[in-house]
Amino acid sequence: MTLPQQFITIGMVVLGTLITRFLPFAVFPAGRPTPGYIRYLGKVLPAAVFGLLVVYCLRNVDLLSGSHGLPEAIAIAVVAGLHLWKRQMLLSIAGGTVCYMLLVQLVF
Amino acid sequence: MGPTKRQTLRRAASCAFPYTLPILAGFLFLGITYGIYMNVSGFSFWYPMLMSLTIFAGSAEFVAADLLLSPFAPLQALLMTLMINARHLFYGLSMLDRFRGTGRKKLYLIFGMCDESFSINCTARIPQDVDRGWFMFFVTLFNHLYWFAGATLGGVFGSLLHFDTEGLDFVMTAMFVVIFLEQWGKEKNHISSLLGLAVSLVCLLLFGADGFLIPAMLAILALLSTLRGPLERGGEEA
Repeated sequence: MTLPQQFITIGMVVLGTLITRFLPFAVFPAGRPTPGYIRYLGKVLPAAVFGLLVVYCLRNVDLLSGSHGLPEAIAIAVVAGLHLWKRQMLLSIAGGTVCYMLLVQLVF
Repeated sequence: MGPTKRQTLRRAASCAFPYTLPILAGFLFLGITYGIYMNVSGFSFWYPMLMSLTIFAGSAEFVAADLLLSPFAPLQALLMTLMINARHLFYGLSMLDRFRGTGRKKLYLIFGMCDESFSINCTARIPQDVDRGWFMFFVTLFNHLYWFAGATLGGVFGSLLHFDTEGLDFVMTAMFVVIFLEQWGKEKNHISSLLGLAVSLVCLLLFGADGFLIPAMLAILALLSTLRGPLERGGEEA
């Protein structure tokens, strides 16, 4: 690829990202009332999306070979346990991550 | 007497910063990884530096590296990006109301609405005396800076760094698990949360790691639309 071609390629990725982020705001401008269906989606979508994001983070975990997803399962249990116990966001995240690092570096 | 603009800004920034600490760890690590990846792919540090500033969408930037190494295909680059980032459409729909009345900052809030900025801005309990718009602005700005710094550092020092940080990328997974739990604690029923998990898992099994995102999003959208009647009624009763 020549330099201008590289710039165009990067520009396309920028453009694609801008479209996905600005489109809802362009279609439903702030001045006009948002349709009920869209407001309903705005209310129920986040919960489903966070579920999707958790699965998305774990998409490359292989249950059938390697460590069979055990380090991930243990570390997530630690995150959830810490969070239900103390409800300190940073503590839960740090505790789970340290646990995971120890598991993949020393155990598995 | 109301607070001066400077006090408002400082208050919002200091309130936003702790929320972004997990992202600081995650983005520095991922950003450095991305910079190194670009470095070993043969690109100078200018590429990850400028791309982290202008694209600011992690997975799209990794794919962009592949695109730059392939034959020139601008339309394909655009379509790939639209598919990878289609989940941002969901974020936008969820933030239509929350971004309302934030003035000119709104443009930057939308531009910088990556997974992590969205998650914090969507779930954070912002204290009454903190300006909402500026809080979300600083969350976005801090995240942007972390990503930019990581990508640039990785690009500059890429070949010099030695890693014993295997597994640090789990910080992102841990963060989304915590955010999922926070959301779980706030909701009246768990139908949408469970639906998001279950549909994504089924689609992951059916379509594999590289292709499950789009079918999962379409299925979530279809199911939530079908369930609108019962879900809205259920919400009123509770």
